[in-house]
Amino acid sequence: MISYAECSARERIAQLLDTGSFHEWLPPAERLTSPHLAQLGVPSSFDDGVAIGRATLGGLEVFVAAQEGAFMGGGVGEVHGAKLVGLLRRALRDRPAAVLLLAESGGVRLHEANAGLIAVSEVMRAVLDVRAAGVPVVVLIGGANGCFGGMGIVARCADHVVMSDVGRLAMSGPEVIEASHGVEEFDSRDRALVWRTTGGKHRWLTGDCDMLVEDDAAAFRDAAIDAIGASKPVTPATLEAEHALLSARLRDPLAEDGGDDAIALWTHLGIAGADRVPDLDVAAVRALRPA
Amino acid sequence: MDWNLLATRLFGAGHGIVADGDFLQGTAHFDGRPITVIGTTNHASIGVRLALAQARVVLDTLAQHPERPILLLVDTQGQQLRRRDELLGINRAMAHLGASIDLARRRGHRVIGLVYDQALSGGFITSGLIADACHALPEAEIRVMRIPAMARVTKLPEDMLAALSQSNPVFAPGVANYVAMGGVRSLWQGDLAAALREALAHSPREDLRAIDGAARGGRQLAAAVAQRVLDAA
Repeated sequence: MISYAECSARERIAQLLDTGSFHEWLPPAERLTSPHLAQLGVPSSFDDGVAIGRATLGGLEVFVAAQEGAFMGGGVGEVHGAKLVGLLRRALRDRPAAVLLLAESGGVRLHEANAGLIAVSEVMRAVLDVRAAGVPVVVLIGGANGCFGGMGIVARCADHVVMSDVGRLAMSGPEVIEASHGVEEFDSRDRALVWRTTGGKHRWLTGDCDMLVEDDAAAFRDAAIDAIGASKPVTPATLEAEHALLSARLRDPLAEDGGDDAIALWTHLGIAGADRVPDLDVAAVRALRPA
Repeated sequence: MDWNLLATRLFGAGHGIVADGDFLQGTAHFDGRPITVIGTTNHASIGVRLALAQARVVLDTLAQHPERPILLLVDTQGQQLRRRDELLGINRAMAHLGASIDLARRRGHRVIGLVYDQALSGGFITSGLIADACHALPEAEIRVMRIPAMARVTKLPEDMLAALSQSNPVFAPGVANYVAMGGVRSLWQGDLAAALREALAHSPREDLRAIDGAARGGRQLAAAVAQRVLDAA
């Protein structure tokens, strides 16, 4: 078993896709770096923190992007974002079987924050364009840096989200919330609390991810193969269903009282034995979600 | 600008827009045709509840009023920084709002964003930034982070950031920087109703922001890099 969390972006591509099938566009040899980081005297990367290209998965052509969490936390800058947008526009033109986004990102890269914010918005619109064309966009989340900020929104614009139990998906990181509202609001050093609030098991039980897997590259590969063909067009009916689901969460009585414990929410959502979830393995948690 | 004054200048005194806490909504009439207005005020922080309230009006417009235009009035300090919102899936609620606006655009509704006071990060990305086009008042402030906070987080000298921000629009706050980068299509000055009329008539349906950013010199790489991906062997 190979830990997906411990792999680099390119190792994940090598593990997930058919052996030797990845063909990279704008590879590091082209030395496409961020001029903004250079101007600030900050080290840059020859791929600006994201690898993109085409490959095959189970014999079918897919497009793939993998964000490198070790470079600026996977933060989206101008070039990084434009590579993602270019890949998605190419998918709109060439119609691969799917687009895989191996997301690992803290969101907008603060060193080029305005460009990053607009870029994330462009990625979001491009994801929705590809989805509307019937090409499934599959987001895989299992890196140490999680999937946060604007990329956490982008992930939920995709057709299908796969997470490992060590993966995290959210908007603002716990450190940001603690800095803003104090340690009583969110103790970012309480690992169990962080995982109950943002982790893969929680997102699986609430339906925020579509598949929960072990921290294993082969499990991610199997889940990605299963997700090909999982196109879910956005329609008024799907949006009404989504609205009803999210509105029901607001009626969680404990949450209304200012309590926000994950176990109470899971119980409210009909999960039996919710208090045991943190101790259960992935297979057991997978079986808990109501059909 | 106060939202009520703005609404009066756009639609006249009987504009029909009401505030419920930080949430604005109403059906105004513009050049004799109804227009859905959705917005926030008081620098609202956007949590799950406020994201859903906005999405509800978008979905109602989509269901009941085909092709009726939608105006998004933006004043937000960004996403709500609360653990409860994270637990409830604030990123999913915001994506839902964004996807709702996006579907309205695809179904023929013109969607115009207007930053009339303040716009930050997460609250902006699923409102003004996902409209057909986003505009701003000249006195508006748009940012991700102010320079002193950015200096702390990036551990870069504040003086250097302040100096570089004079020539490079990519990180410093300011509505002009967003215009230069193509994120804001234009500033509305003088006759605001004329500006809205122009926006409703001529907003692009494609995402032209990277091309605009290159043409205006504020974002030199985005369009070219995306094109290189399309052309790569």
